[in-house]
Amino acid sequence: MSLSTTPPGADWVAVTSRPLPVGEVLTWVARPECGAVVTFLGTVRDHSEGRTGVESVEYEAYTEYVGLRLADVVTSARSSWPGIGRLALLHRVGLLEVGEVSVVIAVSTPHRPEAFDAARFCIDELKESAPIWKHETWAGGSGWGTSGHQVGNSVRRHAARGAAVSAGSADVGGPAPGGPGS
Amino acid sequence: MPHLWLFGPAREAAGTARDEVAGGTVAEVVTAACARYGEHFSDVAATCGVWVNGDTVPLDRALCDTDEVALLPPVSGG
Repeated sequence: MSLSTTPPGADWVAVTSRPLPVGEVLTWVARPECGAVVTFLGTVRDHSEGRTGVESVEYEAYTEYVGLRLADVVTSARSSWPGIGRLALLHRVGLLEVGEVSVVIAVSTPHRPEAFDAARFCIDELKESAPIWKHETWAGGSGWGTSGHQVGNSVRRHAARGAAVSAGSADVGGPAPGGPGS
Repeated sequence: MPHLWLFGPAREAAGTARDEVAGGTVAEVVTAACARYGEHFSDVAATCGVWVNGDTVPLDRALCDTDEVALLPPVSGG
């Protein structure tokens, strides 16, 4: 998870409150046997759904497990695209201003199709599985990110107002009666 | 008793990031937490998923005192 030095292996996974070392990643990811490097940068945008004038975003992570989830993404990508040379997944946490880089995906492969496909897979999987939350501040207020993905088993049935203790149930997620608005 | 870890809007609604909540199963801990923190927290919790020690588990999973139950609102990284 070190940022100050590049990792010894072929994968670079990190979550840090420091600015992401984009240039260093670009240098690191290139390999002699790889003719393609695809890099994706996620940056803080000045608007989101129903919110204009976004000024900053604060990212919070489940520090103890976010690295493992990112490593899972790396494992899946390498399984699907065995030709991957080097692969970097870096995410920033803490307070970021508009325009700052929040996430870096970089992948090198022998040919370009798998580099594009693997990079797209990695950012999509990261967004769906990494335990990270964003809190936006805009001109008119502040609030949590609204476009989220469910992780873990849904606790809806047990969290609804007035829910009875229901030991012995074995929920596997999905909607259940008694959620918000019910 | 099991440790409850809260993140994002669930942490904000509870007013704490960590707590200890009695319960023999994941479901019991969630229900007890909702009773402790109130209606707004319950509404947020209804949108959440849960991990125990970093893994997705059935909600009837039995808990021991060292287990870490994490309530995870929909994630929004990237």
